[in-house]
Amino acid sequence: MDSTLETTFLGIKMASPVLTASGTFGFGEEFRDFVDLSRLGGIMVKGTTRQPRRGNDGVRITETPMGMLNCIGLENPGVEYFLSDILPRIKDEMNVIVNISGSSVEEYGELAAMLDVPGVAAIELNVSCPNVKEGGIVFGTDPAAASAVVHAAKANTKKPVILKLSPNVTDICLMARAVEEAGADAVSLINTLIGMEIDIERRRPVLGNVTGGLSGPAVKPVALRMVYQVARAVKIPIIGMGGIASTEDALEFLLAGAEVVAVGTANFTDPEVTMKICDGIAAYVRRQKLRSYRELIGKANDGFLRGDLV
Amino acid sequence: MPDSTQKLLEDAKVKGQQRLAEGVYYLAVHAPKIAAAARPGQFVDIRILTGAFILRRPVGVVAADRENGIVAFIYRVIGRGTRAMAKLKAGDTVNLLGPLGNGFSMEHKHPLIVGGGMGLSPLFFYAAGMKGKADVLMGGRSEEEVFWRSLFAGIAKNIHITTDDGSVGTKGFVTELLPKLLSEGSYDAVVVCGPDPMMKAVAAIAKEKGTPCQVSLERRMGCGLGACLSCSIDTAHGRRKVCKDGPVFPAEEVFF
Repeated sequence: MDSTLETTFLGIKMASPVLTASGTFGFGEEFRDFVDLSRLGGIMVKGTTRQPRRGNDGVRITETPMGMLNCIGLENPGVEYFLSDILPRIKDEMNVIVNISGSSVEEYGELAAMLDVPGVAAIELNVSCPNVKEGGIVFGTDPAAASAVVHAAKANTKKPVILKLSPNVTDICLMARAVEEAGADAVSLINTLIGMEIDIERRRPVLGNVTGGLSGPAVKPVALRMVYQVARAVKIPIIGMGGIASTEDALEFLLAGAEVVAVGTANFTDPEVTMKICDGIAAYVRRQKLRSYRELIGKANDGFLRGDLV
Repeated sequence: MPDSTQKLLEDAKVKGQQRLAEGVYYLAVHAPKIAAAARPGQFVDIRILTGAFILRRPVGVVAADRENGIVAFIYRVIGRGTRAMAKLKAGDTVNLLGPLGNGFSMEHKHPLIVGGGMGLSPLFFYAAGMKGKADVLMGGRSEEEVFWRSLFAGIAKNIHITTDDGSVGTKGFVTELLPKLLSEGSYDAVVVCGPDPMMKAVAAIAKEKGTPCQVSLERRMGCGLGACLSCSIDTAHGRRKVCKDGPVFPAEEVFF
């Protein structure tokens, strides 16, 4: 363990500011052969819903220039199975942040209440899954709807509540301010950008769901710009994500104003990448003669609102 | 049967590459740890380092030479990734993640292998592991594709061939010959890998004849570790992941 990487985020003690993004890291245990899970700040587990979901039919993943599109469609075993079979297996090994998705405001409240149990470190509200027809994206693009979801979650749990912001909006700062106002403890950004690919031989969309979420290095400049803007718009802390694949990428997000970062698609390219990023940040901190990585947060952002807080 | 083997990441030097037929290549790499661990039916996720690739490419293992630390693959060029693979030369490096998946059951005494196209690749590893106990029924589009015959010669006991155009063996699909072979051959298992419609038809005939059947599925994959759910399928026991719970399944579990 490296003390320069340690932090406390939303009251959660983290060994490093490197987390893994929902949907790219399963429940953590799938990566046990490659990752010391205790070195991660936390694992944002696969999007969980009230009922089990089988997800979308047809092709669910395709590679794009420096990225990928997915349309899994929130396949998951449901919150009850998560609580009875998965959480007991993983809770002592890592900080478990549960990503939840509801089809109504009430369902977010119900999920938040069910997950208000020992072993859950925080709850991340997925209001921006681009791959499901009901709910999801509607909550993610309407400030009033997103606020209602935050209210419902906060009223039903004592856990910190993180809202995952969608980049598929005109003004992400408007959304960030609305959910801050509604009581969100933090925001995570960005979720995937909606995209598509067409098979020119078959003359059909490649993905079974026609469109999918774009992720990977291709989205990094967009994600970084949004983190930078949101860091100037709200005072709640930011989990920065979107195409982070290297130490340098992670440092950019921290300098833009993210307090911790999450790695997603890069876990597919290199299952060990999170460990390399932890080592890389620690080496950078030493090279810069700092005591903690925290001294980097927001340092490239002169309008950073949390400057006095971190 | 879920996989339980330790998964490894290994940089592998390309030992050589050979064109076997139009668009079909044999690639051998030096990866001693994965060579020692790989079992027939398992696959490896190849990260191509010569180009901007985000996703690894899952490829079945055709042979693992433990003594010399060599892992080999036979693949068809179908897209950007396999096009880049075809350009690899001796001395280039790829990164391997594996061995992945569960592999074939090796318990049977006299199995019949049924394969088509690149499906014959993992089946070759299986046939070699069965040390002459297996027969093979292979189907191809034309004579050129049955280069597999020369590979299987000496590994499988009896080789039966069908081609779509009748240029080699029996004209038609493998399903032309299968019922007769199963009736006469005293096989205790059918092990099949190929296009889904072929596997489904073979599984149906095996079921009719009362012969247990294992199938090896191919799907697009993301992580290869059971995390991303890109390769989820419906089974008789609910949702399963081809990369982690498969790629080998009892036929009745996936064709139900």
